[in-house]
Amino acid sequence: MQGLVPTATDGNMATEFHNLQELRHSASLANKVFIQRDYSEGTTCKFQTKFPSELESRIERTLFEDTVKTLNNYYAEAEKIGGQSYLEGCLACATAYLIFLCMETRYEKVLKKIAKYIQEQNEKIYAPRGLLITDPIERGMRVIEISIYEDRGSSGSSSGSSSVSGSTAR
Amino acid sequence: MSAVMITRKVRKWEKLPGKNTFCCDGRVMMARQKGVFYLTLFLIVGTCSLFFAFECPYLAVHLSPTIPVFAALLFLFVMAMLLRTSFSDPGVLPRALPEEATFIEMEIEAANGNVPAGQRPPPRIRNVQINNQIVKLKYCYTCKIFRPPRASHCSICDNCVDRFDHHCPWVGNCVGKRNYRYFYLFTLSLSLLTIYIFTFDIVHVVMRSVDNGFLSTLKETPGTVLEVLVCFFTLWSVVGLTGFHTYLISLNQTTNEDIKGSWSGKNRVQNPYSHKNILKNCCEVLCGPTYPSVLDRRGVMQEDSPVSAASAAPSSSSSTNPVPQTTKTTAPLIPNEHTPDEAKPSIAASPKEEHSPDTKGPPLASPETDVETSIAKDKTH
Repeated sequence: MQGLVPTATDGNMATEFHNLQELRHSASLANKVFIQRDYSEGTTCKFQTKFPSELESRIERTLFEDTVKTLNNYYAEAEKIGGQSYLEGCLACATAYLIFLCMETRYEKVLKKIAKYIQEQNEKIYAPRGLLITDPIERGMRVIEISIYEDRGSSGSSSGSSSVSGSTAR
Repeated sequence: MSAVMITRKVRKWEKLPGKNTFCCDGRVMMARQKGVFYLTLFLIVGTCSLFFAFECPYLAVHLSPTIPVFAALLFLFVMAMLLRTSFSDPGVLPRALPEEATFIEMEIEAANGNVPAGQRPPPRIRNVQINNQIVKLKYCYTCKIFRPPRASHCSICDNCVDRFDHHCPWVGNCVGKRNYRYFYLFTLSLSLLTIYIFTFDIVHVVMRSVDNGFLSTLKETPGTVLEVLVCFFTLWSVVGLTGFHTYLISLNQTTNEDIKGSWSGKNRVQNPYSHKNILKNCCEVLCGPTYPSVLDRRGVMQEDSPVSAASAAPSSSSSTNPVPQTTKTTAPLIPNEHTPDEAKPSIAASPKEEHSPDTKGPPLASPETDVETSIAKDKTH
């Protein structure tokens, strides 16, 4: 079931943003998919790139995988332990961590970049397909929540809020 | 005419589940029982005040003025670390919202298959492989999530905390991923401060006794006796604790894992998080990135009712989720088993157990989730 609006090519941002609002108001939430964390490399923040079956008809696999891989790269950049993080840590310790009252940490800077990236992805790719990605930080960095919307105006071919079999189980 | 209701902005910390107390409109987050924390504050501030009042004037004149200056700097650092440990979010994991909880339940149901009636369903465990080790992720019945590796549920604060170390009554908060380095620096700097004050107390008494005699020295500076007493008992415990945590850091282990013996080497189980290099382990724990809090304490709650004034205001962290954060999650599809989280051991969380006032022995409360090692329900609950 295609989304509400024609897939944007390089349409202007104003129209696309308008569509994001329209998505929430004129579509009804059908289902939510939760992309779980991938702990194979330890406790660093990384999400599974496995393509959930619920999205098979909604979005191309490569687009989805690109989004998750880019997010994983952002988080890896934020949590990288190297020269810059040592410098930040030592400087902060020397000032009894009071410097964080005025300075933004590297992680916070990357989180802002992530928020911007997610909004951009929603506007360009996901909203036109009736999907919406929630920033993982709003879910405790545990999951990437993807909401699947159905057009209210469509005829009863939508899947409604049918429960999904546990096909995404490991 | 429609009446306009002006509702107060409700911030998210007011609706957070769990047993934390919040101050300064959500900026400060602590455990509920703060009595021992006030004791810690009193002991540190009291002992240092006595030092500045009695010893410092004499030592500044007879030895060097840098002595009180350095003591002051050290004292300020200790206080900064203590307050930072006590007031910050240790790395609490927010509870699952209803849809996420339902999603997980369905996955569990699918994974378990058909359980014959009358039989207990298998325990909710997920296995992950981390660096060639199988690590079991346990399901938290309170928070309705599978706990990430190294996370544990604190029964005193009723939260799952990431990289949970222990709940420290002396700082009045859990020690977890976000505040472990501050906790370590607090114990380290407190050790240094204690040694410093103790040493200069002795130096001061010796120097004064040479001039005036021992007994009259004690009469002139009665504070010294008190300080020496406090420092003596503090030394043994705090220095010991610092040493213990240095050992843990060099192995990249948490107190919780150490107590449970998770990586003790039985069955060829090794710590998958350790870099096998002491320096690397220390650098990761002490100089790693400063993790952000995922609890949006000061965000404004989205009100759904149209008359509410708050709904018009965009929240500081826009929530795209149409479901407002609730304190209770909906009942799961599968009825709750007796939750293993309920049976928590309490290694005497009462502060009266310690004789010495400023001792910091091994963690007094160690929340456990293992049914096998659970002792008694936390009596301070």
